[in-house]
Amino acid sequence: MLAISLAVAFAAPALAGPFEDAVAKFANDDFSDTDEAIGAVATSGNPLAFPIISALQDGRLSADPDTKKVFITQADGKIIDAATGAAVDKLPDNAAAVRLNNRLRRAVEAALGGLTLLSPDPAKRIAAAQSVFKSHEESALSVIDGALAKETNKSVKAAFAEARAAILLYKSDATEVEKLEAVAVVKARGDQEAMALLTGLGGDLPPNVARAAASAIASIQSNLAMWSMVQNAWYGLSLGSVLLLAAIGLAITFGVMGVINMAHGEMVMLGAYTTFVVQEVIRNNYPGLFDYSLLIAVPLAFLVAGAVGVAIERGIIRFLYGRPLETLLATWGLSLVLQQAVRTAFGPTNREVGNPSWMSGAFELGQITITYNRLWILCFTLAVFVILLAMLRYTALGLEMRAVTQNRRMAASMGIATSRVDALTFGLGSGIAGIAGVALSQIDNVSPNLGQSYIIDSFMVVVFGGVGNLWGTLVGAFTLGIANKFLEPVAGAVLGKIAILVLIILFIQKRPRGLFALKGRAVEA
Amino acid sequence: MLTKLTHDIATLSRRRWLAATAGLVLGLAAFSNAKAQETIKVGVLHSLSGTMAISETTLKDTILFLIEEQNKKGGVLGKKLEPVVVDPASNWPLFAEKARELITKDKVSVVFGCWTSVSRKSVLPVFKELNSILFYPVQYEGEESERNVFYTGAAPNQQAVPAVDYLMKDEKVKRWVLAGTDYVYPRTTNKILEAYLKSKGVKQEDIMINYTPFGHSDWQTIVADIKKFGSAGKKTAVVSTINGDANVPFYKELGNQGIKATDIPVVAFSVGEEELAGIDTKPLLGHLAAWNYFQSIKSPENEKFIKAWQAYTKNPKRVTNDPMEAHVIGFDMWVKAVEKVKSTDPDKVIDALPGIEAKNLTGGTSKMLPNHHITKPVFIGEIKANGQFDVVWKTPGLVAGDAWSKELEGSKDLIGDWVGKKCGNYNTKTNKCGGQGS
Repeated sequence: MLAISLAVAFAAPALAGPFEDAVAKFANDDFSDTDEAIGAVATSGNPLAFPIISALQDGRLSADPDTKKVFITQADGKIIDAATGAAVDKLPDNAAAVRLNNRLRRAVEAALGGLTLLSPDPAKRIAAAQSVFKSHEESALSVIDGALAKETNKSVKAAFAEARAAILLYKSDATEVEKLEAVAVVKARGDQEAMALLTGLGGDLPPNVARAAASAIASIQSNLAMWSMVQNAWYGLSLGSVLLLAAIGLAITFGVMGVINMAHGEMVMLGAYTTFVVQEVIRNNYPGLFDYSLLIAVPLAFLVAGAVGVAIERGIIRFLYGRPLETLLATWGLSLVLQQAVRTAFGPTNREVGNPSWMSGAFELGQITITYNRLWILCFTLAVFVILLAMLRYTALGLEMRAVTQNRRMAASMGIATSRVDALTFGLGSGIAGIAGVALSQIDNVSPNLGQSYIIDSFMVVVFGGVGNLWGTLVGAFTLGIANKFLEPVAGAVLGKIAILVLIILFIQKRPRGLFALKGRAVEA
Repeated sequence: MLTKLTHDIATLSRRRWLAATAGLVLGLAAFSNAKAQETIKVGVLHSLSGTMAISETTLKDTILFLIEEQNKKGGVLGKKLEPVVVDPASNWPLFAEKARELITKDKVSVVFGCWTSVSRKSVLPVFKELNSILFYPVQYEGEESERNVFYTGAAPNQQAVPAVDYLMKDEKVKRWVLAGTDYVYPRTTNKILEAYLKSKGVKQEDIMINYTPFGHSDWQTIVADIKKFGSAGKKTAVVSTINGDANVPFYKELGNQGIKATDIPVVAFSVGEEELAGIDTKPLLGHLAAWNYFQSIKSPENEKFIKAWQAYTKNPKRVTNDPMEAHVIGFDMWVKAVEKVKSTDPDKVIDALPGIEAKNLTGGTSKMLPNHHITKPVFIGEIKANGQFDVVWKTPGLVAGDAWSKELEGSKDLIGDWVGKKCGNYNTKTNKCGGQGS
């Protein structure tokens, strides 16, 4: 593309004409002038049109308000005069980037759509066809027709056909047959945009077309309604995974050890801040490693939160075993201390934790959008769960932990250092909370208050699932997540949350020990 | 023996004399010291811990900065200003206690403080009872005009209504999502906006209202709903009164689900430079915010202020925002009023404040109105990739703040006038003070 534009640069004659006048309008710093300029440049047929418009989109088009000259900064840093294509040494001092607003950005997208319909890259052609589908500009029809005839790629061809149908639907002088065909094509597409297109049709349609459009809308709607159930289920799973992740550490400290740990949320927060620090270090020193920042943060967060957990257990909690009220108050106070400490060290404002590229964006599965960050968090949560379960079952430490929680005195008389196991168990629970913080930093604020927003949900999940049972926590988290997401569209976010709380209270009345009650001695302990 | 005695007396008296002189000197020194240090105390009532610390800490710093600048110029009435900072810890009843402490114990002449409406409502009775002055710097829902409070933030007609006008005219928006956090400011603002939209011919089915709890973090369903609502073939926009922390996950979800500003723009009333500092802004390009001030606005006053502020905080990246500008204006107005009446007596200052003018940072001059609100310009900014705003629209002149909304049935006949009528809710229909609207 660069080669083309450079070649053009030398071939284009430097004469003032309508194209040059249009380009000069970019320098007026007036949104309606810029709008006119976009239209004029896009339809000029001048080979510089594409470089100009795409530079405008990326903020690489600058203008000198005094001389009315407009410049393109190319991707390699070279600068050319937008009107003539001649190379320029450097931007004038008072040149500023041409400003855009949303209306203009739409115009730019539509213009680029028209200009890239013939791009050699199939992905670009599809994107162009999509933007034509949205804008349904009549002017693009002839290009689409030509492109459609030549196109060999199947998916691009389908996109072109949809774009063509969209134009025909809105074209006032299209025949009834053409419009009916167009409705069928758009109906086959079947997504929200297709529906937007059909519902946006005016009332002045031939009766047959209006009827066809109405039935197409109805069928798309019922299809989408079915998908929205799937979507709710997915959102429920995703919310459940977040709940599980936040609660899983608590399932150890509260569920297994029986410590009412109000500072659990702050362990999550410490994990999130560890992520922030790791990212800062990487940003400043090794920017190439940014995509791996989370992988580096996970073990570090585990160590930081785990170490703080061990310190808390050794320093405070071990003196309070068997005194739940004092534990509650002490850990609550501790959570305030930790919050204020972080606030003093990092400031009260949110810290920016970036999403690595593999966690940004979304993909479409049928008619639902699945965002990568949620998908990864779900996988990550399940992985943490499996690892924790395996650890409890197959390692020596896991065995000791289970022994101590089931019968402390018996375990002690078998030679297990129970106080060491207590410290390690609490450290493990806190460390896992720290890991949760790494994941939650991707979807929530990293602020000193981060932990507070998860503490109640975490207790809810552990109590609901059954204290002392990891499987109960898993089932509890996903049940609450899915129930919440099916209630939310009906009752709204606020009422939905209240409804869930009421349901849990009722449930606990019926089954005070949660979904999966632990049987045996531990219950009496 | 005798000589020894006289010697003793002599030493004693010399000692006494010395002690007495020393005491006198010390006393004099203390006295003159006290005279040199007689100060005017300024109360700062902003949360430095708890949920609101994220927003309010900056405002505390702003007032400390303004006081330092004023003291460099020689203070007020020849006296230095002395800040008294307290921390109400985002705890609404504690706001009232701390306000009482500031006024009765520390004897402050004026208080700058509060952020949330509920904290303002909680201190109101204290300021009325003890007759002191509060400057409130945040945009709020209106429907209030109190003798002891000066509102330097935007009333709904200085932020929400112009923003909706812009979307209607420039973006041709036909369908509206009013999304907010579930408390008094979003609920009242949305009530006003709903009435306004309906008066402009928008139908009920084209308005979707949605409330979420404080700190809501799972936005998947709501963003999907917005997407669905926006696919009805009419241009759709979101008017967001979502407050505080919940904004970050909201914008992240918008970005991830691919809702671009060119499809469904979001205009926010509580998202400023400070809030954007916690997000990667690239996916948010083009989303809007309505404020009376943006850091990116080019004016000599603003450039000077930003420079001084960044030097004061020793942080060349420290951002400025709208409530900070409100404090700058409010502080300036208070100083001018005190110098005008040559006293810090609350009654005199309250009577002097209406009519006082102060330069705002965007190149205009704001004026304190009889209803204790001020005139402000309204700007619409689009989020840029660097976390700053690009102003795409502004009101031609300054807009006077309405204490009582003209859109709501209950308040359209009410005005606040503390100059002529000496009344905060004067009914222009029945010509009575304290009457509710017809």
